Amino acid sequence: MIQDIDITDLKKITSLVQAKYGYDFRDYAMSSFKRRMIRLLEMKSLTTEGLLKKLNEQPAFITEFLDEVTVNVTELFRDPSFWRLLRDETIPAILMNNKEFRILHAGCSSGEEVVSMAILLKEMGIAERIQITATDIDPSILDKAVQATYPIKNMEVNEKNYIRFQGTGKISDYYREDKGLAIFNKELLKNVTFKKYDLVTGEVFNKFDLILCRNVMIYFNQALQNEVLKKFHESLFKYGYLAIGSKESLMWCEYANRFIVVSEEEKIYRKIKD
Amino acid sequence: MPKFNLHNGFRAVVIGGSAGSFQGIVKILAALPQDFQLPVIMALHRLKHVRHGFVEALSLKSALPVVEPVDKETIRKSTVYLAPSNYHLSIELGNYFSLSTEDMVNNSRPAIDITLSSAAYVYRNKLVGILLSGANRDGGMGMKNIHDKGGVTVVQEPTECLIDTMPKAALALTTIDHTLKVEEIITFLKELNQQYKHEHRTT
Repeated sequence: MIQDIDITDLKKITSLVQAKYGYDFRDYAMSSFKRRMIRLLEMKSLTTEGLLKKLNEQPAFITEFLDEVTVNVTELFRDPSFWRLLRDETIPAILMNNKEFRILHAGCSSGEEVVSMAILLKEMGIAERIQITATDIDPSILDKAVQATYPIKNMEVNEKNYIRFQGTGKISDYYREDKGLAIFNKELLKNVTFKKYDLVTGEVFNKFDLILCRNVMIYFNQALQNEVLKKFHESLFKYGYLAIGSKESLMWCEYANRFIVVSEEEKIYRKIKD
Repeated sequence: MPKFNLHNGFRAVVIGGSAGSFQGIVKILAALPQDFQLPVIMALHRLKHVRHGFVEALSLKSALPVVEPVDKETIRKSTVYLAPSNYHLSIELGNYFSLSTEDMVNNSRPAIDITLSSAAYVYRNKLVGILLSGANRDGGMGMKNIHDKGGVTVVQEPTECLIDTMPKAALALTTIDHTLKVEEIITFLKELNQQYKHEHRTT
């Protein structure tokens, strides 16, 4: 078992990936990035030198690398109280001024938050009017998000969350079970566009009324969080909303004063200044 | 006359605990003086869906502030930190926390191993690791990392634990410097604090 990787070795990996493939992990939070690299080396039985060689010589390997380096653990309706607030206050507030609006899920991973949102909008009876864009850096996880298919063993926690969310139906109304998988109704994702997009290096591509980026920026250092918040600021209409993870904070970012806190508890912010 | 032979320059205390550790945690926090100088970082297994109540319950007993850190929060002296539910808590070079939602480790998130190992990496021999009662093996690898980096390792005396799986797993895996009852852990921490204050008296 590999116990540790030197910072110099981590820097060699991120520099190579940046130079050769254009993905920039140099400002990722060190401790989790290191754990991901140790995990990758163990899974592939590689040394650091072996990994560098593979990245150098096998361009196709970058897809696997991306899939391993990014954390793809999420749930449907994670933090049910957040989803209740979204349904009962934030979305009604947006609807007061916009009959139709746009939502961005930045770093959507395997799509659980997108499916949660689609269910929420359907239960509010407004699904037809809302356009959703869901992005991730990792193409293989985006494929999974498009499938909206999850191991049935995950459904226990997902169902508990849905019950705490106090949805109008049953979570089982939205999927069918087949060979140990919960396959969600594709109709839910009719208005969702999935897009491969790197939050770190990508250009701002549209404007939105609501951006969800929960438990994504925790993998970045503060300098990078600061830069990404600038992009979110630019990607939001004035008075648009931004939701981050319940244990994240934006208070040290340069652009923090262009937002007001709508909910400190659920970490919903609103853009008030261009 | 000091009971424990502590060297200089400790920077943090990390505590891991699971089933049966709550009483011990409460006793320790209730006994720590308001001028306890080091940060106390706790990774405790807890109910995932209960976001509230735990910090409040611990705050009632503690003279020191008890907080759940947000991502990238700076680690301060004289503060007790509790890993938030459903997140792993790591310590980063530069003396701040980071959170993550990676897979569970040892069926746990927060995992004690992650907090202890990242603390060992950052604080090296300037760290005290304490592992209390618990029903699984989480924390053992973290204690090994602390020992390997030269830090001091302490486990709760297994006979005093409600469930002794966790301290016993650590004892089997690595060198444990002190096996102590909760009362002795309190004495140990108070002595650590006196030592810290003595060192920093003239500076």
